[in-house]
Amino acid sequence: MRQDLTHIQQWIVPGSRVLDLGCADGQFLLSLQQKRQVRGLGLEIDPQGITASIAAGLNIVEQDMDDGLANFPDNSFDTVVMAQTLQALHHPHLILEEMLRIGQQGIVTFPNFGHWRCRWYLGTRGRMPVSEFMPYAWFDTPNIHFCTVRDFEALCHERNICILHRHMVGGSGALSNQAARMWPNLFAMTAIYHISR
Amino acid sequence: MAEAPGSVGIVAPQTAQFEQGLELACGRRLPRFELIYECYGELNRERSNAVLICHALSGHHHAAGYHNEDERKPGWWDDCIGPGKAIDTNRFHVVSLNNIGGCHGSTGPRSINPETGRVYGPDFPSLRARDWVNSQAMLSDLLGIEQWAAVIGGSLGGMQAMRWALSYPKRVRHCVVIAAALKLSAQNIAFNELARQAILSDPDYQAGHYLDGESIPRKGLALARMIGHITYLSDDAMAEKFGRELRSGTFDQGSESRVEFQVESYLRHQGSVFSENFDANTYLLMTRALDYFDLAREYGDDPVAAFSQAIASFMVISFSSDWRFSSQRSREIVNALIAAGREVSYAEIEADQGHDAFLLPIPRYRDVLSAYMQRVGDGG
Repeated sequence: MRQDLTHIQQWIVPGSRVLDLGCADGQFLLSLQQKRQVRGLGLEIDPQGITASIAAGLNIVEQDMDDGLANFPDNSFDTVVMAQTLQALHHPHLILEEMLRIGQQGIVTFPNFGHWRCRWYLGTRGRMPVSEFMPYAWFDTPNIHFCTVRDFEALCHERNICILHRHMVGGSGALSNQAARMWPNLFAMTAIYHISR
Repeated sequence: MAEAPGSVGIVAPQTAQFEQGLELACGRRLPRFELIYECYGELNRERSNAVLICHALSGHHHAAGYHNEDERKPGWWDDCIGPGKAIDTNRFHVVSLNNIGGCHGSTGPRSINPETGRVYGPDFPSLRARDWVNSQAMLSDLLGIEQWAAVIGGSLGGMQAMRWALSYPKRVRHCVVIAAALKLSAQNIAFNELARQAILSDPDYQAGHYLDGESIPRKGLALARMIGHITYLSDDAMAEKFGRELRSGTFDQGSESRVEFQVESYLRHQGSVFSENFDANTYLLMTRALDYFDLAREYGDDPVAAFSQAIASFMVISFSSDWRFSSQRSREIVNALIAAGREVSYAEIEADQGHDAFLLPIPRYRDVLSAYMQRVGDGG
């Protein structure tokens, strides 16, 4: 499982209700059900992901987050998770608000556009970064709202969103993870935030 | 041909008698009645693998397989029911019946009223979806099925499946609701009324007592079916299937020959076939039951309160081009289930066949239904 997802598990209270926004093939939700006995619901728009999730025995609703989440009542979940999806939304700030209306807590992970490789790529080539991690060309990418660690924290501050925990993933090695924790905006590839009101 | 791969093969309908009768929602009582049904696949020792199929407006008990070697077409949902199919008869014991009020063997307007010794005709009691569900529950008792692994239905069948989950919460483990709605819209009711008026205004209808006379209201019934059929297809599906193709005649100048479009001929054919095989009083009764249906009426018009009664897990499926029971109607079901804290999955299948899509072999539809039935079979 991806490093960001492994780390999230410890923040999930056993037996709680979890809404996973953009649950892909449901593997994370499945592991939460198995290891944390959560009552989970996933949202997804990809047909393959939906079928895979249903086959895994999960509850999955086909719904486009860009159409809003108004159909979810206030406080209907304990935790709302959104992994690596923030940057693909039309209105990320509104969805963050919605997450904390629907859930007591939110967990968000996103790729940090402030990572030194992105800056290096843009600085030296003067072109939008394309990497193994972010493989899309600028004109044909689902990622329309990239942000940096600092951008995200500024948004939380502005919107009175409380950051309970944060965790930074620098890469595969211990050294890069240490660097990511010390200088997140420069060395974190993936940022993980545990938020609440 | 009968033994096609994935077919349940030759099947024989059975008939169950219910001498005890049934109290109906309308306040009347059906003194005694019969239900005709078919079963596919073995019931396991725990009796935990039974699946009930609820049929739609013009459906019946013959959902899969063939009645004999010469039968040209298999049952109406043969695409989904059979060994290795979405509703896998290697895993499930599938029960499919004809509802009361029907005209394919269960007690309906064509049956003899034991209290008068005459055919019911238009005097058959008016029915609601809950009457069907109650009679299906009596059949479940008779078959020794305490709890259905799943109750499945499309369109009006989906409404029965939802009613099952509310009326008999402990008897339904999974509820599969396909191309259905919490209630009909005014437009839906309008189309049904148009179809009813087509029947009622046929002189051969004879105030419903046509079985006493020489002829049946073929024209009215055919017209009703033609109206219905248009609403089951989408604009795109009709364009694709017929376009402006001519069956006969010409547009050439200087010719007075009347043109006949393919779509006209198709609709007339559909209407004509239907009018030979269906009963006009049944059609009136079924469309009225459809109009009356409102899942949340008795729960203060609150679908969330309604679904709070349910225990089952739900799978809701809709089709993108279905305008008779649009995806929006299915999302209302899903949203109420979410708000009621019930287990629910939902898929909106991209399909251009309109409402009819629920009967057609559409790959993603098949995949989603198979995946969900896998879960049902695994006891999830």
